[in-house]
Formats: sequence, C-alpha cells, structure tokens
Amino acid sequence: MTQDTVISVRDLVVGFGSRTVLDRVTFDVRRGEVFGFVGGSGSGKSVLLRTIIGLIPSRAGSIEVLGTRLDTATREERQRVERHWGILFQQGALFSSLTVLQNVQFPMVEYLDLPQRLMDEMAAAKLEMVGLRKADHNKMPSELSGGMTKRVALARALALDPALVFLDEPTSGLDPIAAGDFDALIKTLQQTLGLTVFMITHDLESLNTICDRVGALADGRVVATGSVASMLDCEHPWVRSYFRGRRATALNSRLANSES
Amino acid sequence: MGSPPSLIARPGADGIEFAAGGAWTVVQARDLDGLIDEAVRNTPAGKPVTVDLHQLTALDTYGAWLIERLVRAREALTGSVRVVGLPERYQSLFEQIRRTEHDGAVPPPSITPLKERIAWLGEQTVRFGHELLSFAAMLGAVVLALGRAIRNPRTFRLTPTLHHLDRVGWQAVPIMLLITFLIGCIIAQQGFFHFRKFGADAYVVDMVGILVVREIGVLIIAIMMAGRSGSAYTAELGSMKMREEIDALRTMGRDPVEVLILPRIVALVIALPMLAFLGSLAALYGGGLVAWFYGGMSPAIYIERLREAISLTHFEVGMIKAPFMALVIGIVACTQGLAVQGSAESLGRETTASVVKSIFLVIVLDGLFAVFFAAVDM
Repeated sequence: MTQDTVISVRDLVVGFGSRTVLDRVTFDVRRGEVFGFVGGSGSGKSVLLRTIIGLIPSRAGSIEVLGTRLDTATREERQRVERHWGILFQQGALFSSLTVLQNVQFPMVEYLDLPQRLMDEMAAAKLEMVGLRKADHNKMPSELSGGMTKRVALARALALDPALVFLDEPTSGLDPIAAGDFDALIKTLQQTLGLTVFMITHDLESLNTICDRVGALADGRVVATGSVASMLDCEHPWVRSYFRGRRATALNSRLANSES
Repeated sequence: MGSPPSLIARPGADGIEFAAGGAWTVVQARDLDGLIDEAVRNTPAGKPVTVDLHQLTALDTYGAWLIERLVRAREALTGSVRVVGLPERYQSLFEQIRRTEHDGAVPPPSITPLKERIAWLGEQTVRFGHELLSFAAMLGAVVLALGRAIRNPRTFRLTPTLHHLDRVGWQAVPIMLLITFLIGCIIAQQGFFHFRKFGADAYVVDMVGILVVREIGVLIIAIMMAGRSGSAYTAELGSMKMREEIDALRTMGRDPVEVLILPRIVALVIALPMLAFLGSLAALYGGGLVAWFYGGMSPAIYIERLREAISLTHFEVGMIKAPFMALVIGIVACTQGLAVQGSAESLGRETTASVVKSIFLVIVLDGLFAVFFAAVDM
C-alpha cells in the first residue's frame, strides 16, 4: 500500500449462511479523491461498506484503511483508525435523544478532551459549514426534515476533521434540488478539507458531478473501476444498462449539451 | 501527528506580531485553546496585530477556528488585524471558517429556578389533565370500535385477536401458574407459622381461600399482565408510531383503534379472567401442599375446609374484577403507545409510564371494587 492509497481491499469475501454476497472484491481508493460505488439494489454495496467499517465480519481477504490492516487489527489499532474516519449512514443514524448540537459534539466528547466553549464553537461551525440554520441547532432529530437530517449527519461525520469519509447513499431520499445541493456541499467540503470520500450511490447525477472515480459492483464482484467516462466503454451487461440505459442517456445528452 | 504547536508573541514592525508554528489540528486543540486564550488575555489592547502563519505545518478546521477566534477577539479591541503567510493549500479552508458568523452555540433559553419550578408544576398539572383526557378518549374510541364490530361482526379482526390471545394468554400460562403457586405457598406457610401460636391452624385455610379467590389471585395476575403484556403493547404501538406505520394505516382509511388496538384489548379482556382463574387454582394448590407438608393437614381436610370457607360469592367477586382490570391495562398501554414521539428515549419513557400507571390504576380499581362489594354485601 503506497502513501497515496487510503483504502485498499483485496480479495474480500463476505457471506451470510450459504449465500456469498461479495466474492473476491478488490479495489483501491486514493488519497484526496471521491470514489463512488454503484451497483443494483441488493448487489451488496451496503454490505461492502459495512464490512470495511467493521460492522460485518469478512470471510477472507484483507482490508487496509489509512495504513492499518483492519481485519487483523487489535481493538486499540482499530480505534485509532476509527478516530480518523467519519461515516454518514443512509438514514442519518442521529442519536434520537440528543439535540442536533449534541449529536455533532458526541464524537468530540468521546474522543477529545476539550473545553465546552470550544466544542460549542466547533459544533456550530460544522453545522454552519453544512448549511444548517442556527435556529435548528437545538432541535431534536425527530423534528428535522430528511435533507436536514443528512446535513446534520454529515456534520457529525466531519466532527473530528477526519481524513476519510464514508457516505452511504448520501442523496437518497432527497429531491433533485436538495440532492444537487448536497452533492455540491460534499464536493466543496472535500476540496476545502482535503477529504477522501468513499461513497455508495444510486444517483447518476452524483456520479457525474462529484465522483473522480467509480467502481461498479455486480454479481458480488467489482466488474469495472475508472472514471465515469470509462464506464461507458465497459461491456459488462449491468454496467452497460446502468450507464447507457434510458435515464443515463438522457442525463448524458443533457450534460453534453450544456458543455457544448 | 505533526510537531507541537506554538504561538509566539513578539513586537513587530507595527504593533504585535503573533507567529504560529507547528501543527494546528484537532489533536492539539486543547493546548491551542489555552494558547489562544492566553494570547488574547496577555497582549495589551489598542495595538495593531499581525498573525504570521508561515511556520504552520498542518491546519484543520479546529486550528483555523482558533486562529479566527484570536483574530476576532483582537478585532473587537483594535479593529486592525492582518493574517499573513497562510500556506496556499489551506486558503480555502481558512476562508470557509472566516465566513462562519456565529459566536458559539445558541444557548437554550434560560429561566430562573423558581420560575422554572412553577412552570414545571403548571406543565405537569396540564399534562395530567391531558392524560386523563386521552385515557377517556381511548376508552371512548375502543367502545365505539367495539360497537361497530358488534353491529357488523365482519369488521372484527378475529385472526389478530386470536394471535394476541395466544401471546398474552396461552404463552403466559406457565409463568402465571408458577408465580401464583408460589404466592399460595407463601401465604399458607406464613399463616400456619403465625396462627399456630393461637392454635388457630384450621383458619389458615379460610384465609388462603378467601384471600386468593377474592383478591390476590386476580391482583397478582393483573400486575403481571401489566408488566408482561401492557409493556409489550406500548412498545409495539410506540415503534409503529415512530416508523409512521400508524399514519400509513390511517391514510389507507383504516382506523388504528379498530385494526391494532381493539384486537389487543379484547385479547387481554378474555385472557386475564382465564389466567386469574388458573392462577387462583394454582395458589390454592400451593396452599394445599404447604398445609399438607408443613401444616400437617391432610388434603382431604384441606379440601373440606376450603369448601366451607369459599362461597361462590367470593369467586364471583374475584372474577368480576378481572375483565375491568384487563380493560384498564389495555387502555393505558395503548394510550401510552400512541403517545410515543420520535425518539428512542420517548419509547422507553412511555413504556415505563404504561407499566407504572396501569399497576397503579389496577390497585385503585381494586380498592373501588372493595368499597362497592362491601356496599352491595358481596
């Protein structure tokens, strides 16, 4: 693993019972890029993400994140790595009994020993960075809209200034405008903070606008990796129908028009 | 991660110059917080300030914010602060932080303690009223739904009712029998132990019989049901409420009371008297065993004495109470379930409230029945 590789997955096998969900998955994510993973519903994208972050045990293969072999790491080594990543869950996974501000402060309270004033300031700064109004800082998660929940979850993922952020379908459940805004937000933050972003998505528009590289998951394997443009040349049937299907064609032609 | 941070103040060409060096990141945030506060405190006001960032080796939002805090504090004093030498790669990060316009978090509105206490008292009173009201509303809704079901039996949901009857009735039998059996044993043992001093052994059977059939049997079962099934009802309905399942049901034109609540309450009203009956038997059986082995009273005499002690009236008193207690438990459990808000904590709170309230109400109801039965000579 070189300096520039943040995530390195080799021959990863994951299964439940007699079913193998991921079969020898191999890919790399480089420092400072936005890497998007696509795949049909039920293709194991979320399983892949949950395996990398250690929520699901793997059967074989290696996972290396930020220079640490996670599949063989001790508890302490693992915690050291966990401190440097942030995760945005699909449904936000905000703690329902804490306010928005407390949710963002939670990782700070857990990992750092900071004065309350600084934590208040930083949490407010993070929330402002993700575009949440001040009036919403003391709300409970159940009082937030879907878009706001995602923003707060992103602020919480960024609370410790991680080097690496995992996003599980960041734009799902958002309207196209909100999804576009959220994409732009991710891109801005990624550039500003120098993040590496690993995201799982269904959203062709996100892939086109913010991902530097894309991996496609089908039949439990990575069938293609490369830029979005290179995906168009891939001959795998699923990749072809995804990137050259009706919705994709419409989108691509629109993009082509706007560029010309 | 990186070299230790430093912030050195020195007299510059014009005013004071702060030279920041080392890594200014989240890891050093605690030290940096102290450095910045010290710098703000110890430098005299009224002089122009320059912040030199040439020596920075690393910067993240924490470091950037702390520098910004220094800048803002000085700006408030002198109005002239310059930041120089910011490495190119941190330019946009620093700009982003500079744009934030907050001065810390918004504190939640503060109230004076006394005022808070009085407000709390008022809120609790109002809430108590609301709770009574929602209890009555739920009772009314259930009665209405039952009326509709009686008028038009096809709308009654038999399958879920049987399913719940299985859960709260049949599956509860072993534990209920065990507990009432033990209670019966304990009452008999204590009775023999104390009555023996007065030579009143024979009256232990009267005590066990009347106590179990009239009061303890049904009361213990009702309390157990509140803990076992009432809490389950609240948690189920509460998580359905949280996940908008109840709203979904309503939008499909189905009344949640009719679909979810009526079957549950009917099951409870059927199950509780049955369990109370079985429980009373188990308690009498336990009492009999203790009488035989501990009190030295043969089973034949025990049964004979029981026959004299318990009349049908005692049995009726116990059984009449059972369905009412079931109704109270069911109504409370379902009301609390629908009161659950979005958070996990509220689910826990309502479940606790459900159990506590239904046990309390069961005991109050038992007292009212005692008064009533005394008045009608039962």
